[in-house]
Amino acid sequence: MAKITLDKLRHSYMPDPRGASDYALKEINLDWQDGGAYALLGPSGCGKSTLLNIISGLLIPSEGRILFDGTDVTGLPPDRRNIAQVFQFPVIYDTMTVYDNLAFPLRNRGVDEGRVKARVEEIAAILEVTEMLGTRAANLSPDNKQKISMGRGLVRDDVNVIMFDEPLTVIDPHLKWKLRSKLKELHQKVKVTMIYVTHDQTEALTFADQVVVMQDGEVVQIGTPVDLFERPAHTFVGHFIGSPGMNVLPAEVKDGAAYFNGEHVALEGAIAPGSGRHEIGVRPEFVTLSATGLPATVRKVMDLGRHSVVEAMAGTTKINAVVEGAAPGQGEAVHLSFRPDQTRLYRDGWIASDKERAA
Amino acid sequence: MRKVNQKGWFFVLPVLILVAFNALVPMMTVVNYSVQETFGNNQFFWHGLGWFQDILRSERFHAALGRQFLFTFLILVIEVPLGVIIALSMPRKGFWVPVCLVTMALPMLIPWNVVGAMWNIFTLPDIGLLGYFMNHVLGIDYNMTRSPFAAWVTIITMDVWHWTSLVVLLCYAGLVSIPDAYYQAAKIDGASNWAVFRYIQLPKMKQVLTIAVLLRFMDSFNVYTEPFVLTGGGPGNSTTLLSIDLVKIALGQFDLGPAAAMSLIYFAITLFVSWLFYTLMTRHDVK
Repeated sequence: MAKITLDKLRHSYMPDPRGASDYALKEINLDWQDGGAYALLGPSGCGKSTLLNIISGLLIPSEGRILFDGTDVTGLPPDRRNIAQVFQFPVIYDTMTVYDNLAFPLRNRGVDEGRVKARVEEIAAILEVTEMLGTRAANLSPDNKQKISMGRGLVRDDVNVIMFDEPLTVIDPHLKWKLRSKLKELHQKVKVTMIYVTHDQTEALTFADQVVVMQDGEVVQIGTPVDLFERPAHTFVGHFIGSPGMNVLPAEVKDGAAYFNGEHVALEGAIAPGSGRHEIGVRPEFVTLSATGLPATVRKVMDLGRHSVVEAMAGTTKINAVVEGAAPGQGEAVHLSFRPDQTRLYRDGWIASDKERAA
Repeated sequence: MRKVNQKGWFFVLPVLILVAFNALVPMMTVVNYSVQETFGNNQFFWHGLGWFQDILRSERFHAALGRQFLFTFLILVIEVPLGVIIALSMPRKGFWVPVCLVTMALPMLIPWNVVGAMWNIFTLPDIGLLGYFMNHVLGIDYNMTRSPFAAWVTIITMDVWHWTSLVVLLCYAGLVSIPDAYYQAAKIDGASNWAVFRYIQLPKMKQVLTIAVLLRFMDSFNVYTEPFVLTGGGPGNSTTLLSIDLVKIALGQFDLGPAAAMSLIYFAITLFVSWLFYTLMTRHDVK
């Protein structure tokens, strides 16, 4: 087990990168604490798999260093880093039994058979696959196969980090939930650092203590699921997390106050000095229908059972509101108000209002 | 109970007719010949299983069958491992992939009798490139019209040259279908190159390899044109394989009865070995 440090990491798939756009990973500096559960969240092509492969050693970064507990492992091959990786599609050795599959990483390292047996049985018990040990791995269902490939990482007690590369892609929806809670439980039992790569916000938010959100090869925000939800550091995070995502409204800033469509909008705090393209961000959960406020017309109402999502148009801008109880009808004129302490200003995408300082 | 749609038979009918005319009916005439004796004038007499007994007891047949098994055994033992090794060393991505594939496919595109003729000229001791080189540069006495050993080496080499590509291409197809994640996982699990081959590549190649061995077995067991053009079965009878012997009996000596009986025995052996091999190789898959 180890603390993982990424130090000025950059990677390009081109032999001779010139501009920032040639880099699949722009400079990344990160510290991952020993025993933590982390998620790397981002849309396809944002560089999260590249980052994962760099940590596992399948890819050597163009620039920067990776440290495990302060030791530079940048040049080490995967088998000497003591890491484990679970892939998108379950990788199992078809011709072997489940037992042999789990024993494989140990046998390759010359561990004696008595110790192999003890470890395999221990891990099989944790994964609840003890009764399958004798069967051929080829005959297992996808979720059990994925469990076995996880198990191959767990049998080694010296493993520094276990990485999951979208491990639930091929799992049936009703089993996804089961396997996900199994993973969470597993992490609490074995206390190995785990990094979970996914583009699914539910998976990331339920698994991780800390979520790293990436976009275009850059880390946009690192934080707890609550942080990401409540105070997105970037409009991208606001969009990407939450269902529906955060409302982002074009804004004007005059004399330290924000205006949308000419109406003053109260923010969580003071606006940091500077200039650029301004936007107001507020989550649908914090938009309410009220007697006064921003006038808008209801365009669509989605009844989600426990609550409804009301899509209203304020001028040409779409604003979603989550409404509990009776929702207005389509075409109705309504007034919207935003909860000030959850309303933020973004400048060129990045957060520019300050919660600590009052306006 | 599931309802069975009997109309399906109707669609199979054209194929049945076609197969009947190009395979079943001709084969029945062979069966017909195999149980009769003739003294010419198109007069036939019932001979029972006499020809079969004669063939099965004939030393000539035993010798040809032995040579046939030896030939097939040798080419399989060389072509299958060689094909696997070549397939493993071929690139999986990039510019060289099509180059390798086309180069590999070339020998298979050459008609069989041309292959025989090519190798015949290639190995002529005085003017053939290989023959001249062996005899006059290396000073090795290499003349396949005189030495049975040289003749065997040549027919084996020729078959390896002609057909290893088939094994290569089939194995290669199996290999490229292995996702990268398998190799990455094996790396992380600390697997040696041998373990990667044994537990990842070989299992994934098993099905295509089964087909490759089956095809190579059937083709080599029934091979006729190439060795016939190359050596004509000589020197003496040293390279007279079953098919060459069969043609000698049927068309050379015009012994239709024994030739028919021999064809059927020949066919039965090919069918039995193929069936046995296929059953053994796939018996685990059913479970």
